[in-house]
Amino acid sequence: MIRMPEPDSGLLARREEIVAALARIVPGEGVIASERERRAFECDALTAYHQLPMAVVLPDNTQQIVEILRYCKANRIKVVPRGAGTSLSGGSLPLADGIILGLGKFNRILEIDVANRCAVVQPGVTNLGITHAVQAHGLYYAPDPSSQIACSIGGNVAENAGGVHCLKYGLTTNNVIGVEFVTMDGEIIRLGGKHFDAGDYDLLGVMVGSEGLLGVVTEVTVRVLPSPPGARALLIGFPSIEGAGDCVASVIGSGIIPGGMEIMDKLAIEAAEAFVHANYPLDAAALLIVELDGCAAEVDHLIAAVESIAMEHGATSCRASRSEEERLLFWAGRKAAFPAVGRISPDYYCMDGTIPRKEIGRVLSRLKEMERRYGLRCANVFHAGDGNLHPLILYDANKPGELQRAEDFGADILRLCVEVGGVLTGEHGVGVEKRDLMEAMFNETDLDQQQRLKCAFDDESLLNPGKVFPQLCRCAELGRMHVRAGQLRFPDLPRF
Amino acid sequence: MTDFRPSDEKQIAEIVAAAAAQKQSLEIVAGGSKRGYGRPVKADHLLDLSRIAGIVNYEAAELILTARPGTSLAAVKAELAAKGQMLAFEPPGWQSLFETNAEPTLGGVLACNIGGPRRARAGAPRDFFLGFSAVNGRGEIWKGGGKVVKNVTGFDVSKLLAGSFGTLSVLTEITLKVMPRPESQCTILLPALADEIAVATMAKALNTPFEVSGVAHLPAEAARRSSVAAVAQGRCAVTALRIEGPAPSVAFRAEALEELFGRGERLDNAASTQFWEEVGEARSLLPDGARVMWRLCPTPSRAAVAASAIKARLPAAETLFDWGGGLVWLSLDAAEAGADAGAAIVRGAMKSCGGHATLIVAPAATRERIAVFEPAPGPLAALKARVKAGFDPLGVFNPGRMQEGL
Repeated sequence: MIRMPEPDSGLLARREEIVAALARIVPGEGVIASERERRAFECDALTAYHQLPMAVVLPDNTQQIVEILRYCKANRIKVVPRGAGTSLSGGSLPLADGIILGLGKFNRILEIDVANRCAVVQPGVTNLGITHAVQAHGLYYAPDPSSQIACSIGGNVAENAGGVHCLKYGLTTNNVIGVEFVTMDGEIIRLGGKHFDAGDYDLLGVMVGSEGLLGVVTEVTVRVLPSPPGARALLIGFPSIEGAGDCVASVIGSGIIPGGMEIMDKLAIEAAEAFVHANYPLDAAALLIVELDGCAAEVDHLIAAVESIAMEHGATSCRASRSEEERLLFWAGRKAAFPAVGRISPDYYCMDGTIPRKEIGRVLSRLKEMERRYGLRCANVFHAGDGNLHPLILYDANKPGELQRAEDFGADILRLCVEVGGVLTGEHGVGVEKRDLMEAMFNETDLDQQQRLKCAFDDESLLNPGKVFPQLCRCAELGRMHVRAGQLRFPDLPRF
Repeated sequence: MTDFRPSDEKQIAEIVAAAAAQKQSLEIVAGGSKRGYGRPVKADHLLDLSRIAGIVNYEAAELILTARPGTSLAAVKAELAAKGQMLAFEPPGWQSLFETNAEPTLGGVLACNIGGPRRARAGAPRDFFLGFSAVNGRGEIWKGGGKVVKNVTGFDVSKLLAGSFGTLSVLTEITLKVMPRPESQCTILLPALADEIAVATMAKALNTPFEVSGVAHLPAEAARRSSVAAVAQGRCAVTALRIEGPAPSVAFRAEALEELFGRGERLDNAASTQFWEEVGEARSLLPDGARVMWRLCPTPSRAAVAASAIKARLPAAETLFDWGGGLVWLSLDAAEAGADAGAAIVRGAMKSCGGHATLIVAPAATRERIAVFEPAPGPLAALKARVKAGFDPLGVFNPGRMQEGL
């Protein structure tokens, strides 16, 4: 298990005073202090980790956030921002001596601007809520994490959330064009807006995906896109995962970027089929779902092109959806893959590494070895277009030691991703979960430089500490320049 | 003043460390074609990255290209074209704009975050910048991001380095997401629309599901200067809509757009390619002579409002609209614009239009005197200064390039 920073006993002793001060800022039911009610906030979707926060504050306007952060800064109280609590990496895991700053009451759509194809929303609006608000205009919000019915856009900004349509339409960062946020010092800062490009340092680019370490986002302007006029999907069976992987490479190599492209392995196919009866080919070792979207002329043209590529790669079955119902049925199994795996195992642990796609064969055969070594099964679904793996490790938390083994197995998978040229996380974030693996991908200099960015926003490391970085940040030390005046290492500038 | 021409990353780190130790500053250039962009740099030495060049790795099926910053943009484009791919952000070279023969490089395009016409649909360089290796102002080699197309591990520092004009770190290796080049394209020309009608029409076109990948409006003067006969010959304003993709899809969408917006002249592949290159480079569509030029990024729907407010005060102003109005090129008569290059009028007009204005072409003395980039309000300016100090605490890199002291 990952260790969180030691709580400050002085702060814990002042709990009542702190709760009272916060209640003066957010009157009424905006401060949650009772243990029973705080329980609801003790974890997010990384359920293996939980911790009661000192208090939960639910402000309903930006000025309250300003005052909360100023108070917390003055009293050196740690702040963990929280959206809908669907983080899979423990991004909003509370701290014993910190408060949870919940953005749930920021749930209004502020403006829909059709001419500029954007919407201005508060951070607590759900991902799918944005699409619902703009769809009457023929528009939608493209990033679609599987939790989109529940997850908030503020959380999406914090985690740079992805989804199945990323390869073609980008992640959150490519679809957010402005934010307003409050710094730990209580300053309100606006970045971007309805216009293109930063025109200066692109701080918006680092706010997105900063996992709540840089500021508390209070408003988000998102790009919305015209909904594609149509979409069709192909359901393609392969006798091996490698065959499916090669097919994906050929599709992309031929110049086609599908709206979605997903691979499932045999265990995932079987679990999904047993759950939703999507008519998946049970004889296949790998199932590839390819979705093409656009106007009918384009979709039909590309469906034929992908079909012929699939046959060249030894597909054992290939079906194209003939109706919208059939397309949705093709997806139903994939979208239900996680709960489907939940039916065949008491618990599962969802991983999220990305690899260069060409390494898929090597990585999956190493996963087979690991399954034997750890004595745990692993089902695989992955966003094939961009090489984002979601191995689901099956375990039983009630069996002593199994959670630890699942975690060790997961860490090995992520180290393997880095070893073959990939990364620790494609879309779920580092959070608590992968914090201590950061050194597998970055050296100390890399991490120090990232932390100096953190220091520019939050010099006392009060915002969401204990996440992302394996070492707590010491800004004073990081800011020092190790230049010894008078005794220069370089007597003269070198010349090359 | 020394010209350093290091041949590897380690040498760059040594030069920077030595400069930092001696409190000396460095101007960073690769090809040098964008040296006129931003405020003039007054540095003790030149750090020339032209030998830090070459494509390190290109895997078409992975959509990944890794190259060093001194690699010429032309070489990158040629390599990608050979495998039917492209840089989706369609970077222009801007040699004519800056009146230079210097070679545009990949490093320059990233450092200045320059996207061409497809930016409105596909995104800017920052959207395709996946990872890098760099040297910070302490002379330390560090890396950020990754070499895969989907990655959220750690802060997304690539976004910050794109468009930082070499003031935060020296890029030594760049990894980009590349995209397939569409097999065909077609541009529909709509004649004689007034600016404000054109801006509304472009918004409408971008709101159709027909994936319009270029949306520009050339007022009559600009259209007349076009090298594409079909654009110039009408002697009237031209609004252009580009669609790209597989041939049957392009044919279908061209029909669909013409049904909505009326039948116009069509540019086929070759003419369409030539036209959008001209729009991205911009210079040849705007007047010659003693001019200063601005690049405005307003809220797109406010583009014509911003332009006409400026023209009301500076009648010799000319404009060119790209990105559906999200980008307005503004050319001012230098004498009419006056000592501040029109800054007060331009920035005043932009106040009600959102976004930002950058003075892109003006004499060095002017660019030194007035804010080239949009000035930030107090707390944001202070934050930016802290960010700069976090990367380059002694101010070794490109002093004054973005603003005095940064």
